[in-house]
Amino acid sequence: MPEKPKGWKEIPIGGKIIEPGNSTKYRTGDWRTFRPIHDKEKCINCMICWMLCPDSAIKAGGPDCPEKGAKGASDKPSTCNFGGFDLEHCKGCGLCAANCPTKAITMKQEKEFD
Amino acid sequence: MVQKTKQARTGAECSAEAMRQINPDVVAAYPITPQTPIMHAFSQYVADGKVDTEFITVESEHSAMSACVGSSAAGARTMTATSANGLALMWEVVYIAASTRLPIVMNVVNRALSGPINIHCDHSDSMGCRDTGWIQLYSENGEEAYENTLMAVRIAEDPNVLLPVMVCQDGFITSHSVETVELIDDESARGFVGEYHPKDALLDTDKPVTYGPLDLFDYYFEHKMQQIDAMEHAKDAIRKVFDEFGQLTGKKYDFFEGYLLEDAERVIVCANSSAGTTKVVVDELRAKGEKVGLLKPRVFRPFLAEQVVEKLKHAKSVAILDRAASFGGHGGPFFNEFRSAFHEEKEKPAIINYIYGLGGRELDLAQLRAIFEELKAVASGDVGHNVRYSGVRE
Ligand code: SF4
Ligand code: SF4
Repeated sequence: MPEKPKGWKEIPIGGKIIEPGNSTKYRTGDWRTFRPIHDKEKCINCMICWMLCPDSAIKAGGPDCPEKGAKGASDKPSTCNFGGFDLEHCKGCGLCAANCPTKAITMKQEKEFD
Repeated sequence: MVQKTKQARTGAECSAEAMRQINPDVVAAYPITPQTPIMHAFSQYVADGKVDTEFITVESEHSAMSACVGSSAAGARTMTATSANGLALMWEVVYIAASTRLPIVMNVVNRALSGPINIHCDHSDSMGCRDTGWIQLYSENGEEAYENTLMAVRIAEDPNVLLPVMVCQDGFITSHSVETVELIDDESARGFVGEYHPKDALLDTDKPVTYGPLDLFDYYFEHKMQQIDAMEHAKDAIRKVFDEFGQLTGKKYDFFEGYLLEDAERVIVCANSSAGTTKVVVDELRAKGEKVGLLKPRVFRPFLAEQVVEKLKHAKSVAILDRAASFGGHGGPFFNEFRSAFHEEKEKPAIINYIYGLGGRELDLAQLRAIFEELKAVASGDVGHNVRYSGVRE
């Protein structure tokens, strides 16, 4: 749940934002109607989605994919690896899904998760 | 010790003189009749080095107010002036200036809005933006325009207010006519206006702020509520500034100023130069023993409804004069506001409305005599049409 909205006596006047760097508090995730779903089997950790996401809602720090059995695969977290979605900020635009070279992300309607 | 001098000045020169004394950091303006002589005089002060102001000449009034918004947000004491269609072109940004809580001071030299195109006085321009969130002061003559401009800076910048202020005077009738006015010395004026300490200045890089972000259904209403509240605080601030400035000039200022109002049975309410004309007729009729008086709004926004009731409740009949029409409305903007102030009152005068003076149509003494005459019948209960027109040809 987002924090309770503040009353008119509690906020700065004139619509000003007087505290810098607070855009993380804006929950763009509230806008989402489609949710990205990641398929770790298909993911090659190219991090194109991480670069493209307009809301920095793709996290880094996932493990290599041990189940794949590829050489050098490890279950240690690495900043070079896809690490999931930040659903508080993912607005569901679908850019990641559209640009993933291996089609490892699909968009599903939010109502499927109710 | 304050030094007062009497000088022969036009209303426009009075505003420019106040601006010279204020010595604002930034002025951004675009010429438009009948405001032009204010900026004409002020730009001369800039050229002669009599002020330190950064004078920005722009390509339109929309840009003028936009530059004012930018400069005020940056933390500069900012002023401008305009009239009629210039104000109309500014409108979008006029609203933004108030919503962003920027204490800009603007002289508005009242002129009829086009069309058909007309350069003469009426109040359609400033009445058109009565709901923009600006404080509105009205000036009977050049001296009041001067005083209101000096006081406007203090009112706008009051930390509990932080709203822009519009100082209105009548186009040509006041702006271009020379009258004897009493001005105070530079030192006293500057001492009164004081130094500006901006809140959340954009140029303060140690304390970065964002101006003008998106504000949807989740917070917009709260910001409007703050503006409504600031207008309430403005009532106290205006009173304080009036009293303090009054100590310098020896005059008494009020939201609504009465003239021979105490025991008046028939009263005319009108703003700006018409109030001066009405005083002549009040004197004339008083000499014949008629109990007539005048109430002149000096402050229209915020509207101090309780004072209207206080000052008018003993009258038998009142004519509210509007120099602006509200097409399709029930009477003009003043009428609506003054009349509804009495809604809950048991003791109240009969109140009628006259729309007059549109596009600079003269309001002469005979018209005012006729209005006082018509108020006799209204006082005795025969209200008839409560929205009337004075000075239009049938
Ligand atoms: S773009 Fe696709 S393959 Fe590349 S990291 Fe993102 S999900 Fe994995
Ligand atoms: S759907 Fe859009 S906002 Fe959400 S993670 Fe993908 S790119 Fe980012």
